[in-house]
Amino acid sequence: MQVTITVNGESWDLDVAPADVLLDVLREQIGVKSPKIGCERGDCGSCTVLLDRRTVRSCLVLAVEVEGHEVTTVEGIGADRLSDLQELFITLNSFQCGFCAPGIVLSATELLDENPNPDRHDVQEALSGNLCRCTGYEPIIDAVLAVGQRSGEVTP
Amino acid sequence: MVIPHDFEYVRPNTLEEATRALADCSGSAQVLAGGTDLVAWLRDDAVHPDLVVDIKAIDGLRDLAVADRTMTVGSLVTFTDLMESSVVAEHAPLLSEAAETVASPGIRNRATVVGNICSAVPSCDAGPVLLAYDAHVHLVGPEGFRSVPIEAWFVGLRQTARREDEIVTHLTMELPTHGGCYVKLMRYGGEDLAQAAVAIVVDDAHDYRIAFGAVAPTPVRAHAVEDAIRGRAPTEDVIAEAVAMVRSEISPINDLRATAEYRAHMCEVMLARGLVAADQRRNGDGPEYRTRLI
Repeated sequence: MQVTITVNGESWDLDVAPADVLLDVLREQIGVKSPKIGCERGDCGSCTVLLDRRTVRSCLVLAVEVEGHEVTTVEGIGADRLSDLQELFITLNSFQCGFCAPGIVLSATELLDENPNPDRHDVQEALSGNLCRCTGYEPIIDAVLAVGQRSGEVTP
Repeated sequence: MVIPHDFEYVRPNTLEEATRALADCSGSAQVLAGGTDLVAWLRDDAVHPDLVVDIKAIDGLRDLAVADRTMTVGSLVTFTDLMESSVVAEHAPLLSEAAETVASPGIRNRATVVGNICSAVPSCDAGPVLLAYDAHVHLVGPEGFRSVPIEAWFVGLRQTARREDEIVTHLTMELPTHGGCYVKLMRYGGEDLAQAAVAIVVDDAHDYRIAFGAVAPTPVRAHAVEDAIRGRAPTEDVIAEAVAMVRSEISPINDLRATAEYRAHMCEVMLARGLVAADQRRNGDGPEYRTRLI
């Protein structure tokens, strides 16, 4: 089937089978590698992408379903310059192996879009579907909270 | 790992086209809404349809509104929609309370309430709440529209009253002035399926509707408990009477998430706490909705 999908602002005309999953199409046909192949059943969050600005599991979405919709990955978020969240991830050592990081950055980006100054519980809830086996989550939560605190500061 | 079977995919714009596609399919067909269960099952080869009918382009399936005390929830309404709706928070707060416990945001953004009861796994969070709200499931098929009371909906493990050529259009619930709660036992406070769950609705006449989840092949309504305590406030004696009846209303199993004994015991604990919280909320006090009771 011919479908047109917008990925990180760029329009792609693709030939996909109905059984092709968005995650595989992003990685293999488009070459966007930040969404990772983890559990492939919606539990781990490493394949998270934004679909029309809301997080979804790209392993549980068929590519044909996103015809006419907009997909954003971390390649799209950090294209011109790193977001505050991405910078704080580096400053605060919020990832080690990095496998979960793209999914976590997107989940936190969705949260901060809706709630620029979240509390600790909000952050934990927003990241509840993203598994990290390295960090113990604390530096990740610190980074998201720090973005919120930064957004509350008055720029001179 | 890819989906091991090919299938045809259609995305009709009207219910008529969708029901015709289902009726004309010579093999098996599956209806696709959020896909959070269906795509996982396709990948596991647990279902292998010849045709997948995506209903997301059909207008009129996203209603989420109250009129004359009747709430309508369209079949494309997601758990995120429920959580973000002030109408739901005001008129059917158990739906918001349950929605918040479903999986994680990335699933809730996609998964629909109706899909949850169509998949009909024993731990489905919408099941007990819709039983306690006495919902009706509205379907359309080749013979037209019909509705099924939620109690007749769940007919077995992952089995519902929906016929293969039917599509659920919406749910309706007649809502009394009520208090209530959805109490969900999980292994940890994050993304998990229910080990056991109870939904309770109580109105101003102390008429109760109580339903359990994850402790039988389907979500179950506890009529015997309701009948025993009808008309009485949840005093210590009334709670003890209700709790004593719990085990005859459920049939929990041992599995990797909990033992049958733990499930049964916790159903008793959750019912006792839930009855108190539901009645307090009816009175306008007690723990706020969406605060965990366990």
